[in-house]
Amino acid sequence: MTKAPVLSFTENGIYCAAGDFYIDPWRPVDRALITHGHSDHARWGMGRYLATHAALPVMRHRLGDITAEGIAYGEVRRIGGADVSFHPAGHVPGSAQIRVEVQGEVWVASGDYKVVNDGLSEAFTPIKCHHFITESTFGLPVFRWEDQATVAAQINGWWAGCAAEGKTAFLGAYALGKAQRLLTMLDPAIGPILTHTATENTNQVMRDQGISLPDTILAKADLKPKDHPGAIVLAPPSALGSAWAKKFGPQETAFASGWMAIRGVRRRRAGDRGFIISDHADWDGLLSAIKETEAENIYVTHGYTDIFSRYLKINGWNAQVVPTQFEGETLDKDVSE
Amino acid sequence: MKRFAQLFSTIDQSTKTNAKVAALADYFQHAPDTDRLWTIALFSGRRPKRAVTTTKLREWAAERAAIPLWLFEESYAIVGDLAETIALVLPPNTPQDDRSLSAWIAALREIYTQDEDARKTFVLSAWDQLGGAERFIFNKLITGGFRVGVSQKLMTRALARATDKPEAELAHRLMGNWHPDDTTWHALVEAEDASADASRPYPFYLAYGLEDTAQHLGDTADWRAEWKWDGIRGQLILRDGQYFVWSRGEELMTDRFPELARAVDYLPQGTVLDGELLVWPSDQPVPSSFNALQSRIGRKTVPKKLLTEAPVVLHAYDLLEWQGQDMRNTPFAMRRKLLESACADLPADAPVRLSPQLGFDTWDDLAALRKSARNAQAEGVMLKRADSPYLAGRKKGDWWKWKLDPLTIDAVMIYAQSGSGRRANLFTDFTFAVWNGNELVPFTKAYSGLTDAEFRQITAWVRKNTVERFGPVRKVTPHHVFEIAFEGIQRSPRHKSGVALRFPRMLRWRQDKPLQEANSLADLEELLRIYG
Repeated sequence: MTKAPVLSFTENGIYCAAGDFYIDPWRPVDRALITHGHSDHARWGMGRYLATHAALPVMRHRLGDITAEGIAYGEVRRIGGADVSFHPAGHVPGSAQIRVEVQGEVWVASGDYKVVNDGLSEAFTPIKCHHFITESTFGLPVFRWEDQATVAAQINGWWAGCAAEGKTAFLGAYALGKAQRLLTMLDPAIGPILTHTATENTNQVMRDQGISLPDTILAKADLKPKDHPGAIVLAPPSALGSAWAKKFGPQETAFASGWMAIRGVRRRRAGDRGFIISDHADWDGLLSAIKETEAENIYVTHGYTDIFSRYLKINGWNAQVVPTQFEGETLDKDVSE
Repeated sequence: MKRFAQLFSTIDQSTKTNAKVAALADYFQHAPDTDRLWTIALFSGRRPKRAVTTTKLREWAAERAAIPLWLFEESYAIVGDLAETIALVLPPNTPQDDRSLSAWIAALREIYTQDEDARKTFVLSAWDQLGGAERFIFNKLITGGFRVGVSQKLMTRALARATDKPEAELAHRLMGNWHPDDTTWHALVEAEDASADASRPYPFYLAYGLEDTAQHLGDTADWRAEWKWDGIRGQLILRDGQYFVWSRGEELMTDRFPELARAVDYLPQGTVLDGELLVWPSDQPVPSSFNALQSRIGRKTVPKKLLTEAPVVLHAYDLLEWQGQDMRNTPFAMRRKLLESACADLPADAPVRLSPQLGFDTWDDLAALRKSARNAQAEGVMLKRADSPYLAGRKKGDWWKWKLDPLTIDAVMIYAQSGSGRRANLFTDFTFAVWNGNELVPFTKAYSGLTDAEFRQITAWVRKNTVERFGPVRKVTPHHVFEIAFEGIQRSPRHKSGVALRFPRMLRWRQDKPLQEANSLADLEELLRIYG
């Protein structure tokens, strides 16, 4: 008799039979363990939620009145026949990889992750396991991120240039995670930092939980752009070029995303500039993370799954593609994201 | 190469025409002669003789990046640009080079005569010495194709600003067969005597499209109409006892159309004609379809059999040079008279024919003629103002193309594939099907016509509604109906459905239309019967 796998891939999402719970399910289930608050991972309608203490405030902000419990990083919780713990994924503040152990067999569902320390999110910790579930959003060797200080210098250089020409700099980025990371990279000496409502709401949630962010000014409908010369505005990508943005007068727009590494995408989507920065692991990051788990069995989810798993197989891993509804990084999330 | 890389990045990053022109003009004012000459050349599609095959480039890049070749190829398929893919996969380095653009080009010229090992050593060491943006440019010097959003118009505007010469003159100077190896900045741009080589063509005058109606163009007496042929635009030059054929894309195509050589027997030297290259066997009342012409375009040399089966004729509709004189400022009606007299004595089997004008008194007459264009194997009508000069480039006002409405059919999307380059993270290439009983039969692919927002919307939908994967192709739940527009339809044994469409694209996403109301194979057959 073969025993049931510790985690299996079902229509509802990743399921643990021993503990009767799901990880980041995409349909309503009784018990959901959530890796982080992005909308493709933390969905509405679960009976009970379990997430890190640091991830919960954003989830409550986005999902409203939910039955949820927090857990500390590294704390082991027994659920049915499974031992469960959460470990930093380095993706956004509060994000976690979820480790599940049943009778000595260890699985890790990593959700979204990046291995470099962005100075804001809890730094990625490699977890040894037998089975590792990995994303592959940027699982091609053409994706290789430059260090954060280099990108920060590029962004600040662009912003200072805009300010000197009397233009407002619009920087498009996800409201959760990317926007706050960019905030910490900006040089407030250049000018004031304005924010779109969606971005500022998330900023406020994070400040309330004790995360330190630079001062920002909410760009409400009645804000007079003239009062804030040389400003940069952080906004979700979909708000760039909107009627709200246009009232700022002369402006340049830029996007901050891993996709900006591809010139064609940059030209299609970037407005005036594209900065290459992502909260997902690049090619080298994915490979180093996988090596450090020492896992033999790799399950490749959202991204360049076929190509990445083929590469892993050739290099000796037991790799397979797992279909999911996770989206990784897109350029096209709405204001709600 | 740093200065050129800087220029390239500025142009590439900007979406604003003024910023591009300013950067180019500044470069044209300050860069050394050989560099600025090469910059014009590169941005107008010229390039150094290829010193390394792209196959070798791929192999060496994969080797240097320590990745298997298949992984390089997969990456290339997604990035969509070889030079860029190589620059992205190479390991990071510390750039240490300050050779100029033309110095690198000269170095590339030197390895042309060397053996493969030497070429490889050269390329690998170039990759080691050059930084990211310059690596990309170095690769582009080898692979060609600097598509950077610099149109000929934009470049001549920048040159005009840098040199104080008129744009029209510069546009003409930059046309034709010149190469940086055989000329200088001075000879190309500055020299007083611009009587360049005999093959130099004139810049083509291009028309804007007319929507719906021509009523607003005023008195019909001021206008001349002719068929808008479905061939390729060509310029036939007869000078110094030679003949040259240029395509609108500024490609010299003389060798592809040897039948045009006989034009020198019938027309005087010092003649330049603007017209349409069409396959038109002399026993047929109308030209053959564009498909027939395609069999000719791809070939650099033409077998005898093909010359008989698919003979090419130039249908002349304008006269740009006559008796060695530039006629472009003469009014169209006058040019037309001269053209008619020049073509008056052409025998029936001459490779040049006069493209007829269409008689019409009212705009309604012309609208009716336009509707019948398919019978003439034309794609609409052209309107030219009788007193118009022959301008350079696409200009509004004097010339209009008034194309037929496309044929359309409502079809169901059944497969989706992600694009490359600009569209790397979007599903943009779709396969469409029509009903045959309860079965959906694929009949065409299409990948243009939707807005970016629509592509993003359909991409999110495809991700969630994938039924099966075949490598990069996803089979999706049949659900969405699209109105597919196309210019023509033909029977084709090579296609499963038995038909081939010309220029299919998505005209509209019919979100209002239920799946069952898409068209059927019988509807497609009916279109084939009428228009095929």
